[in-house]
Amino acid sequence: MSTSAEKIVTSTHDGQKAEHKQRKWQDYFTFNTDHKVIGIQYLVTAFLFYFVGGALAEVMRTELATPEPDLVQPEFYNQIMTMHGTIMLFLWIIPAGAAFANFLIPLMIGAEDMAFPRLNAVAYWMFPIGGILLMSSFFVGPAQAGWTSYPPLSLVASKWGQEIWILSILILGTSTILGSINFITTILKMRMPDMDIHSMPLFCWSMLATSGLILLGTPVLAAALILLSFDLIAGTSFFNPAGGGDPIVYQHMFWFYSHPAVYIMVLPFFGIISEVLPVHARKPIFGYRAIAYSSLAIAFLGLIVWAHHMFTSGTPGWLRMFFMATTMVIAVPTGIKVFSWTATIWGGKINLNSAMLFGVGFISLFLIGGLSGIMVASVPFDIHVHDTYFVVAHFHYVLFGGSVLALFAGIYHWFPKMTGRMLNETWGRIHFALTYIGFNLTFLPMHQLGIQGMNRRVALYDAQFQSVNMICTIGSYILAVSTLPFVVNVLWSVFKGEKAGRNPWRALTLEWQTSSPPAIENFEEEPVLWAGPYEYGVDTEMIDEDSSIEEMLAEVSAEAK
Amino acid sequence: MNIPSNIVTLIVGIVVTLLSLWYGQNHGLLPVAASSEAVQIDELFNFMMTVSTGLFLLIEGILIYSVIKFRRPKGDTTDGSPIEGNVPLEILWTAIPTVIVLILAIYSFEVYNAMGGLDPMAAHDMGPHTVARAESNSKENLIAFDPDRKQVALGLGVSPETKEGENQLVINVNGIQYAWIFTYPESGIVSGDMHIPVGRPVKLNITAGDVLHAFWLPEFRLKQDAVPGREVQLTFTPNRVGQYPIICAELCGAYHGGMKSQLYVQTEEEYQQWLQQNTLAQSDVESTLAANAASSSDSEFLAPLAAEIGVEADTIAQLHALHHHPLNAEL
Ligand code: HEM
Ligand SMILES: [Cu+2]
Ligand SMILES: [Cu+2]
Repeated sequence: MSTSAEKIVTSTHDGQKAEHKQRKWQDYFTFNTDHKVIGIQYLVTAFLFYFVGGALAEVMRTELATPEPDLVQPEFYNQIMTMHGTIMLFLWIIPAGAAFANFLIPLMIGAEDMAFPRLNAVAYWMFPIGGILLMSSFFVGPAQAGWTSYPPLSLVASKWGQEIWILSILILGTSTILGSINFITTILKMRMPDMDIHSMPLFCWSMLATSGLILLGTPVLAAALILLSFDLIAGTSFFNPAGGGDPIVYQHMFWFYSHPAVYIMVLPFFGIISEVLPVHARKPIFGYRAIAYSSLAIAFLGLIVWAHHMFTSGTPGWLRMFFMATTMVIAVPTGIKVFSWTATIWGGKINLNSAMLFGVGFISLFLIGGLSGIMVASVPFDIHVHDTYFVVAHFHYVLFGGSVLALFAGIYHWFPKMTGRMLNETWGRIHFALTYIGFNLTFLPMHQLGIQGMNRRVALYDAQFQSVNMICTIGSYILAVSTLPFVVNVLWSVFKGEKAGRNPWRALTLEWQTSSPPAIENFEEEPVLWAGPYEYGVDTEMIDEDSSIEEMLAEVSAEAK
Repeated sequence: MNIPSNIVTLIVGIVVTLLSLWYGQNHGLLPVAASSEAVQIDELFNFMMTVSTGLFLLIEGILIYSVIKFRRPKGDTTDGSPIEGNVPLEILWTAIPTVIVLILAIYSFEVYNAMGGLDPMAAHDMGPHTVARAESNSKENLIAFDPDRKQVALGLGVSPETKEGENQLVINVNGIQYAWIFTYPESGIVSGDMHIPVGRPVKLNITAGDVLHAFWLPEFRLKQDAVPGREVQLTFTPNRVGQYPIICAELCGAYHGGMKSQLYVQTEEEYQQWLQQNTLAQSDVESTLAANAASSSDSEFLAPLAAEIGVEADTIAQLHALHHHPLNAEL
């Protein structure tokens, strides 16, 4: 049985445990090329920015508790709204995906490090630099044209804040390009010899798809932003209608990156879910190939749907129809994933711990975001709800209910591997309950607001929407509170948590074969591919026969060479 | 797999179907519909709501059931059954979304066509006005789709199989920070609200004077971005007398949230009355507006609206001083 995999690995390494070199805390503040250090650096930095973005969201929600713009000036509202969106996307969810990718990919494929460790460290350090640069715009008045920064507004409001915004997005974008070069090369070239591409964990597949999108999309965004910057600083008229430019071209270029970007923000977390569910349901993932290929299909289709963000903009009728069709097709691979995950837990032996709670919570909320996504793909309906709170509800269900919940599932799942200690279960469950309740209270009513006529990006609104907005605001306070048990839990567990051992979940992917936290060189000995990543319940009898272990090890490593 | 007996499945299926059908019609989320196209869009939404409710109940139901039913007893270290897939099942759940989105795409296409979205010549009879605009703005070499070349339609044209093309009331709509200005070429009226008679097709020529705005009529389920230097049209026929909000739905600056106006759908008599009153007062308003345009500032125009928006008049003045509005030159 699967359980015994752990036993064996432990026994083979017993003798060497003493000489284990450990990371010192100082290492995490240096230009370090160890992918595990970089992964943690990404994760902690991303969390710091998450708290900033969340605090801004609470200010917004407090302002929106009443219809009048009484707490902050409308102009300042637009600035924190822009910063909230930008921080959450570029400084939280994208780097958090990179955090897991950095920490996990080499371990999952039995490699010692990334293909280009130095490049990897460079990619990481561009992230705090870009982030601090963006924060510095608070001193000159941050950008206020929304995270989309559509001209002409972005050309006439907050000039220097806008320029800083452009520069920091360029830095952050470059960082993701460097990161994805690393991910692709590592996944394709550095897998341990026995691991063919169809026996690597699904997280690696999802990172392949994500990295491909980053490489294809980000340069187009960079081009758009550089031209926007010329309009802003040098007075050119690429997008400025006053000089004969066309603002619609900016929208096309922007969304050519930014629609794929929403998949850049969610695909890694699809991967995390595909890892977490089988382990805690003790069942193989349902439809490995379907899940792997649907990631690629989503990535491909994601490149040809961008104008669905422009249905009410300068988009002619036939083009609206074309983009409606391609967008709807994405529902098919996405549906396959949701059904496959659901089937994975069906009939399992579910351990409903914090990781699993967040995992199942992810499916249940992402489903809602997916269904409202199909609705806004339908042009006639989208014409009504575009740029309203319906859309705000939709993308928070995808990004928060989807990506962020999966991210927390990943944290509860891999925290033992990252730190060698377990997180506290009770506090994890409280964290989940508060998050789940707070989230739905905040965002479910927003669907109704949008349909009934509340536009987004407003600091003042019609009095008839007051009561529903009040519910949203209360929900957002619960969400704010929900992070407290998490933060306390993490800080406490890092130092005082129960020791985790190599493989507390009895999981089959390779990262669990090494010590927790992993040795600096990842595996003290070459890891052994005993089973596929998800072969739970498959009786691999040979492992049970203690006598043959040494022989088999020898055999396997001989094969490997 | 531990599939419940057929009878239970059947009953669950029937209940889910009935619930979805009921909720799809009774969600009560939509505001009143003030045109026949709006009613069609509502039906489309109800259909999507029905299907979504079904899928929602099905999947959330399975999740909750699994989490309760398939729990691991304490101390049990065995695994679940090693099912790695099921090809017929996977084909089924590839087919289900495929069929659903196929139907939905065709349905949406039909509704969009009925709204006049595919009127190939929506830009056809815009008349010399457009051409003149196009020339004065020298927009001939736009990189993107150029509505002025009359090859493509932007916005919503005449609904097919209706008489919407006849006897249209044409209104020019201009969005500026932070107000809508409606010009009636027929009568020369310029107004901050929109008045239209019930039952008569309206054709709006929408543009913007400074930054992007979006002209949104929630009760008509209509929205169209207003783009500086470009004219887009919206054609619709109101069928319900009443007062409806006109909302700006594209972020246009600090007081975007205050950029609201009213649409009055009136009986023919009321409308005529309004026409007369305003034609008399017209010369006044026109000169004010002309002055506004010339001095490329709309703060004067905004002053009367300021109270409503909740802004101090000097805040607006400051705002405009800061912005030095190069774009208003076009207005
Ligand atoms: C603490 C939980 C959160 C709350 C209460 C919250 C609330 C809000 C609010 C009130 C807005 C502004 C709506 C508007 O004025 O149009 C907004 C916008 C946005 N939020 Fe959040 N949010 C939260 C978390 C997140 C997360 C986790 C993400 C992404 C991972 C996210 C991404 C965005 C984006 C992209 C925008 C759009 C900004 C724009 O319009 O330019 N939010 N959110
Ligand atoms: Cu998109
Ligand atoms: Cu506006």
